[in-house]
Formats: sequence, structure tokens, C-alpha cells
Amino acid sequence: MAELDLWSMLFVFMLATFVGFQVIQNVSRLLHTPLMSLTNAISAIAVVGAILITGEEESRAATVLGAVAVAASMTNIVSGFLITDRMLKMFREREPKR
Amino acid sequence: MSHGLIQLTYLAAAALFILSLRWLSHPKTARRGVIAGVGGMTLAIVGTLMAPEIVNYTWIAVAAAVGFVIGVPLSWVPLTAVPQRTALSHAFGGLAVGLVGTAKYIVWFQHGELTRFRIGAIVLEVILGFLTFTGSLMAAGKLQEIVPTRPITYPNQNFVNLSLLAIAVITGLYLTIEPYAAWAFPVIVVLSLIFGVLLILPIGGADMPTVISLLNSYAGLAAVAMGFAIENKLLITAGALDGSSGLILSIIMCRAMNRSFTNVLFGAFGQVQPAGTAVEAKTAKSATPQDVAELLTTADRVVVIPGYGMAVAQAQHKVRELYDQLSKRGVDVKFAIHPVAGRMPGHMNVLLAEAEIPYDALVEMDDINPDLPQTDVALVVGANDVVNPAARHDKSSPIFGMPIIDVDKCKTVIAIKRSMNPGFAGIDNELYYLDRTLMAFGDAKAVLGDVVKSLSGEAGVH
Repeated sequence: MAELDLWSMLFVFMLATFVGFQVIQNVSRLLHTPLMSLTNAISAIAVVGAILITGEEESRAATVLGAVAVAASMTNIVSGFLITDRMLKMFREREPKR
Repeated sequence: MSHGLIQLTYLAAAALFILSLRWLSHPKTARRGVIAGVGGMTLAIVGTLMAPEIVNYTWIAVAAAVGFVIGVPLSWVPLTAVPQRTALSHAFGGLAVGLVGTAKYIVWFQHGELTRFRIGAIVLEVILGFLTFTGSLMAAGKLQEIVPTRPITYPNQNFVNLSLLAIAVITGLYLTIEPYAAWAFPVIVVLSLIFGVLLILPIGGADMPTVISLLNSYAGLAAVAMGFAIENKLLITAGALDGSSGLILSIIMCRAMNRSFTNVLFGAFGQVQPAGTAVEAKTAKSATPQDVAELLTTADRVVVIPGYGMAVAQAQHKVRELYDQLSKRGVDVKFAIHPVAGRMPGHMNVLLAEAEIPYDALVEMDDINPDLPQTDVALVVGANDVVNPAARHDKSSPIFGMPIIDVDKCKTVIAIKRSMNPGFAGIDNELYYLDRTLMAFGDAKAVLGDVVKSLSGEAGVH
């Protein structure tokens, strides 16, 4: 294991939080529900940790727990992106007079 | 070499996640945001699968397939059920993080690789993950009305809850000193699971928008903690984006109710008030659907105020028919959206968009309030507390200070309501007794259906 890089992790956390605040504040209020389902899918990035622990096969218990975590994260990724797209498709402008 | 390649995919994934949220700033670019998000997630997964530590792909593939099978139908839920679905996926997110933390703990414990830093990060990860898991399950249960939506309280509730959390945190601190104290980790897991349930018990239905946003934030922070535990910067970035998003939404929701976080979490808002403010017998004027139709056709400007009641009655499609009928007659129809209308942020916008009402007709509270004195008719469909004038002047009212949509300033108010029962927060609404207010009693969908029928009848379409 390389030396623990706590400081650069804290820097990343700090910067990402500020970027998050800036970007999210600009999200249209119309889209707050899709925003939540999209961030839901994005936070399923936990799948990275789940895949690693499952694939390492270091211990039987850890593999099982990891596999459940992969399934749970995958559920969020798939349903999160699909439902976000489904909702966004419905937002349309006033049609020009027929 | 492969390390560099993996980090490169993670770097690109992080950039795509940021772009994804950035494109949500406008409905026109929003769908591009989903594509960016999917791209980022795909890169992250592919990058992870290249990791040299992975020796067996079978379980990963099986679990991913299971996730697909559950995830696809979960995205087909009716839009009125989106709050429940969102809460449920926060629960899945919390569960995944908690389980990975536990698994990592087991492996490091067996290999003797626990360090103070690792155990600290894992404890945070597990507490946040598991409390998000059970808390979100409770929230989903309340939204689906499997669990009673009224706040459930008992004596010394806040003291008991906070003590549980404090014990979990203190046990965690102890673990950072004695990483191999085997009894301590299960205690933390169990306490976090219980704390999640207890945290949501006293929270009423009307506070769900804030609570869902807060749980969204916790789910993100849990991913951040996992990132620290396994030293992965992509997890930290994506988790921080999610965490800040949830936090901003909760702040917006709290402001829209003029309440603080502590008040939402520990205030047990929405309890049935013990008959303190006895309401003297006041009378409200009622109107038939035909009266409503006539008033609407003679108006130049109409503002519709939708609330959770519209979602419950599934009345959004009738609202759209009414919108069409009135627009055809040259009546200017707008929708006034209160930030906390419904059960999650943006809930009303999605329902109205589903009913194919163009989004430029949906106007935020602050933008529409100045126009209301020049509005002929305000039509309240299933909203209650967000139009209660008591919020402006009655200091004894629990909702005093909450920003509201000032419908009482419109020339005429029509409120569609099932009965005179007070709304979710258990507060009487003086709006219904004003001289300019007419009440149309009945199920919102049925009443609006009759209004539309009488409008189209007038037009001779039959």
C-alpha cells in the first residue's frame, strides 16, 4: 500500500463540494425531481467499491456482502438514469399555435 | 500502467458527472445530462473492472444482472409514486455503502490491516450508510402509507435518539484507539440501523420534501466516507456532488417552510394539535362545477395552485384538459408552484409536465406573487398550507413566517377540496372563509371533470 494521501483526498472533497454547490444552484427549479433521481444514480458510484470487494475474493463473507452491494448499486444506476430520462422527456415548451 | 489507465477513466468519469449536473440547468440541455451521467458511470465501471485485484468476475456479473432486473421495472413506476421510489433508492444506496464498509472491515480485520484512519473512515461510512438505509426505508413506507404518515412520538424522544447516535459515535471513537475490539463494530451497525428508523418516526408527511433531500445528502456523504476508506478520489468527487446537491435542496425546502433543520428533524411537525385553537363556527360559500366553469370563462387571467391533493386524486390530466379549454378561449392560465408542494422537491412540475402542460406555464412562487393582485381567479387544486394567509399574520400559527402563494389577493379564489378537514399539518385555513372564496367540494378529479364537461358543453362540442 502506498503512503496514505489524506491531504489530497481532503482537497478533492473540498473542491468537489464547492463545484457541487455552484453547479446545483444553477439547476432549474423545474427539474428538482429529476435532479434528485440523477444524483441518486451518480451516488451509486459506490458500485466501484462494491465491485472491488466482490472480485478480490479475500473472504467469503466479504464477497457475499459485496455482491449484495453490487446488486443494490446497479439497481440505483439502472433505475435512476432510466427514470430521470423518462421524466426529462416530458418537459416541453409551449407548442407553436396549431 | 493499468493503474494510470484506471485513474484516467476515473478522471474522465468525474468530469462527466460534473457536466451531467451542469446540463440540468435548463430543460433544453437536460437530457444531454443523462447521457453524460451514463457515460461517466460506464467509464467508472469499466475502469474498475480492469483493476488487477479482481480475480473472479462471476459474482460481480450475477449481482449486476440482478440489479438490472430489479432496476428496470423500478423505473416504470407512475410519477405520483416517484417520491417513494426516490426514497427506496436512497435506501439501496445506503445499504450498498454500509455493506461495502462492513465487508472491508472484515477483510482488513482478518488480514490485520486495520489502521486508525481506515477504521475512522469505515465507522463514518457504516453509520451514514446504515442510517440512510433504514431511515429511507421508513420514509418510503410513510410515502407509500404503509407506515402511518402522522408523526409518531414518545416521551424523551429526542434524548433517546441522540443518545443512541452518541453511543454509536463514542463506540466508533473507541475503535479508532482499539481497532481490533471485535465487539464494537456490530454495536455500531445495529445502533445505526435503529437510529435511522427512530430518526424518521417523528417526521410528518408534510416534511417529506426536506427529509428526502436530507437523506439524499447523507447517501452522498456515505459515498464520500467510502472514498476515504478505500482511498478512491472518484468516490469522493461523486459523493461530494451528491452530498452538496441534497444539502442545497434541503436548504431550499427549509427556507420555503421558514423552518430550520433541527426543527424539521426534531420538531414532530404535523401532530394533531390538542384542540387548542377552537375554531368558531365559520361558514364557507360553496360553488357547483357549473359556477366554477362560468367564473373561469369570464376571467382574463387564471392561476392554478396545485398541491399534493392533486397528486392523490390523480387530477393532473383533468387539469390539463381545463388548461386546454381555457387557453382556447384566450384565458391566460399559469401555474403557481410552491417549492414544498407535493412530497419531494419539484414534484408538481413533473406531474404537470407528464400531463403535457408546457413548462413555460409553470411559474415559481416568488415570480408569480407580484402578479396575483391582477389575477381574476385563483384555482386551488389540492393545496392547503401553502396558500394559508395565516402564515403572514397569525403569530400563533405553526406555519407563521412560511412564504406562501398569496392567493387571497386575487379577485376570486376557488378551492377544490374534499371536505373542510384541515390539511396535512393539521391547521385550519382561513382562506376558505373569505368573502371572495368559493369552495367546490369533492374529489379534485371529479370536480375538474365536471368543470371541463360544462366548458366543452358550452362550446357546443358535446
